Amino acid sequence: MTSLPQATNKKLGLVIDLDTCVGCHACATNCKEWNTGGHMAPLTDQNPYGKKPDGVWFNRVHSFEVKRGKTNPGLTVNFPRSCLHCENAACVTVCPTGASYKRAEDGIVLVNTDKCIGCKLCSWACPYGAREFDEDEGVMKKCTLCIDRIYNKTLEPEDRQPACVLTCPAGARHFGDLSDPDSNVSKLVAERAGRPLMPELGYKPTNSYLPPRARRVEAANIGAEKQLEAVSPRKGFLSWIDNTLSR
Amino acid sequence: MHPAFSVILFTTSSGAGYGLLALMGIFGAAGILPQDRWFGLSGLFIALGLVTIGLLSSTFHLGHPERAWRAISQWRSSWLSREGVLAIVTFIPAGLLGIGWVFLETTTGFWGVMGIVGALLAMLTVIATAMIYRSLKTIHQWANCWTLPGYLTLSIMTGALLLSALLMIFDEHARAVHGMVIFAVVLAWIVKYVYWRFIATSKSLATPSSAIAVDGAEITPLDPPHNSANYLMKEMGFIVARKHADKLRFISYATLFAMPLALSLMAYLSSGAMGTISAVVAVISAIVGVAVERWLFFAEAKHTVNLYYGATSV
Repeated sequence: MTSLPQATNKKLGLVIDLDTCVGCHACATNCKEWNTGGHMAPLTDQNPYGKKPDGVWFNRVHSFEVKRGKTNPGLTVNFPRSCLHCENAACVTVCPTGASYKRAEDGIVLVNTDKCIGCKLCSWACPYGAREFDEDEGVMKKCTLCIDRIYNKTLEPEDRQPACVLTCPAGARHFGDLSDPDSNVSKLVAERAGRPLMPELGYKPTNSYLPPRARRVEAANIGAEKQLEAVSPRKGFLSWIDNTLSR
Repeated sequence: MHPAFSVILFTTSSGAGYGLLALMGIFGAAGILPQDRWFGLSGLFIALGLVTIGLLSSTFHLGHPERAWRAISQWRSSWLSREGVLAIVTFIPAGLLGIGWVFLETTTGFWGVMGIVGALLAMLTVIATAMIYRSLKTIHQWANCWTLPGYLTLSIMTGALLLSALLMIFDEHARAVHGMVIFAVVLAWIVKYVYWRFIATSKSLATPSSAIAVDGAEITPLDPPHNSANYLMKEMGFIVARKHADKLRFISYATLFAMPLALSLMAYLSSGAMGTISAVVAVISAIVGVAVERWLFFAEAKHTVNLYYGATSV
C-alpha cells in the first residue's frame, strides 16, 4: 500500500555538512557509478556523448552565492541535493499503483519499478526534486540510500555505507539512524543545529543539513599598515618634473 | 510545470463530459429534458465519448500505459487512484441511465435515480481530478482553495454549454437549462478571476533560504549542478506560457467567458437557427478558451524545485 507506515523502527538518513562540502561532485559521480549497477539499475542517459547529455542522477550538487547583508560576509555554499527520505513522504501517498513505498523497518523510501506506470506524479509531489524519470525505461527512479550497500554482508562492515558518504573527500557526508539520539548523526545535528529543508511544507525530511559555521568578519591584526601609499620621487630629474608640472 | 498535451486534453475533455453527464442526469431525473431516445443517445454519447477520450489520452503520457490498470489499486491514499476508480464506477449508472433513456424513453423513476447517482459520481470524479493538483503542496498555484472550485465550475459550465447547444439542435426550449448556462458561465468567470488574482498576489512559504537551509538576504546560483537541462528542469521549469501569461489570460477571458456568455444570452433570447448557431459557436469558443485556461493552469504553476534553479520565489 502507498499509505505511510505509522512509525518506522529506524530513521536511516544522511547528515550533510554545508560548512565542509567543497562542491567537488564526487558524491554525485560515485552515486551514479554505484547505482547504475545497483538496486535501481540502470541509470540511463540520453545523448551521453553529445552536446547536451541528460540522464538519471540521484544526487545533484548545486553551488550558491549567499549574500547576508552588510555586516555579515557573503558565502559560497555548495549544496548536494538528494532524497531526504521524508517521514511524510507525499511521493509515496500520491502513487496510484503502490510502486512507491516507505519501509517500516528503516524509513527508506523506494520505488518498485515493476509496478511503476511512469505517471510522474511522485516527482511533482517531491518538493526537493529528488526523483528523476528514466526516459529509456519509462519508470521513476530515486535514491535508495544505497540499500544494496548498507545491508550488504559481502562488504566489510566499514564499507556498509552509502556510496556518496564513503567517497566524500571532505568528510561532509554522514550516514546513520536519526531516530537514535545517541547516534553520531543525531549528535552532529544537535551540536551544529542541523536543519531540515523547507520545513514549512511539512514533509518532515529525515536528512538534515548542517549550516555553515559563523565566519569572522574582521581580519586578524598582524601589525601590517592599514593602508599603503604610492611613493613619489623626492629628488632628481623626476622630482624636478613633478615639481615643475605641479606648479 | 510542463503542460503535457495529453493531460490538458484529459482534464478539459473529461471535465466537459462529466459536466454534461451530471446535468443530463439531474435535469433528466427532474423531467426537464426531452425523453426522446435520439436526444438521450446523442447527449450520453457525447458525454461518455468525451470522458472516454479523456481517460484514454491520460494514459498516453504514461511511461507504461499497459500497466495503467494498476492505478486503481491505491484509492486509500492517492487522489489519482481515487479518480481512476470513480471514473470507472461512473460508467455503471451512466450506462443504466442510457438504457432507460434510449430503449425505454424514460428518465424518471429508477432511471432518474441512476441519473442522479451518475451525476454525483461524475462530480466526485471531477473533484478527485482537482484534488490531484489541490493536494500538491509543492505547487502553491495548485495547493489553494480556488483550484477545486475552478475545476468544478468549468466542468459544469462546459457541460452546460454542450447541453444547451444540443437542446437547440433538437429544437427544444428548456429555458431552465439555457438560463442555467448563463449562471454557470458567470460563476466560473468569477472563480477563475479570483484564482488568477490569488496566484498573482501570493506565493509559496518556501524560499531559497529554506530550500538550502542557509539564511541569506539574497541567494543566487553560482555553478549549475549539470551543464544541460535535466528532467526536473524540463518537467517543472516550464516558462514559455508564463512569459505570455497576460495575453493568454486575455484570450482565455474572451473565449472562455465573454464570448460564451454573450452567445448564450443570444441563444436564450432568440430561437430557431439564430439560437442554434449562437449556442454551437459558444461551445466552440469555450473549447478554445478552456484549452488555453488549462495550459495556463500548468504553465503558471511554479514547483518548489525551481528554488534550486534560480527562482527567488515560487
